[in-house]
Amino acid sequence: MPDEKSDPRAVEHENLRLKLVRGFSGNVPHNHALGIQIVDMQPKVALFRLPYDGKLVGNPDTGVIHGGAITALLDGASGAAVFAALEELVPIATLDLRIDYLRPAEPHRDVMARATCYKMAKNVAFTRAVAYHDDESDPIAHSVGTFMISTRGVKK
Amino acid sequence: MPLIDRLEEAKRAGDYQGLLDLIPYARFLGLSCAMVGEELITTMRFGDHLIGNPALPALHGGTLGALLESAAIFELLWRAETIVLPKTITLTVDYLRSGAPVDTHARSVVTRQGRRVTNVRMEAWQTDRSTPVATAHAIFLVMRG
Repeated sequence: MPDEKSDPRAVEHENLRLKLVRGFSGNVPHNHALGIQIVDMQPKVALFRLPYDGKLVGNPDTGVIHGGAITALLDGASGAAVFAALEELVPIATLDLRIDYLRPAEPHRDVMARATCYKMAKNVAFTRAVAYHDDESDPIAHSVGTFMISTRGVKK
Repeated sequence: MPLIDRLEEAKRAGDYQGLLDLIPYARFLGLSCAMVGEELITTMRFGDHLIGNPALPALHGGTLGALLESAAIFELLWRAETIVLPKTITLTVDYLRSGAPVDTHARSVVTRQGRRVTNVRMEAWQTDRSTPVATAHAIFLVMRG
């Protein structure tokens, strides 16, 4: 956002907002249980890390983590990207999420997820996200999602 | 013993739970499996660690996705004549309502069984089966080796 960068107060507001989103996403019990770390938040973008853990294994023969853990990671990062794109924090609800599994995750390696809210419409936000080890151009999974934006404002 | 052999064994013995207990992530989610009539029902026991929105509270969408994907995989493992570990190609989840902090059940129907690819539809519900919390469809690669 080059136009926002020129105004220090807008930048400060933006940083505060992203900090809020970060705190908010960090407070999700299931993210905690999975061991998910929030690596970075930018306007419309969230970068999450899922550290490798034995409890996430789906195939005990290979030590490869279960697709469900990748689903939860992509879902969480996509939701955070929507929050990072909202003017104010209002509740959101996932409408749908499609995940393409491109290749198995490798055992004993962390999985990163970078999610982008690429379109914010009046009622609906659209996201895409990619899961990878350390090279985004060699992805493990790719997802697209839609989220309903609440019109009710923040609940008490 | 490799998983696939243990699967064969569990299948012969009709021991669904023994199979699930081999999968760490299934234990983490609190999954159990039971044959109810002709249907294989997979249940995710509620636990606080499954919460995604503590304010409502509501289940994390990822847990519902994982339950639905697991239910489809168990269905494929259980019904197939020769066991191959299905590989998920795509999974699409429709979230219909927020998941309450209670047990969630899921079942799957194979819509097409091909030589290489199988299509499956899944649905998840909580107290009332006629109002599902999420539905999904998935495509699996089911080739051996």
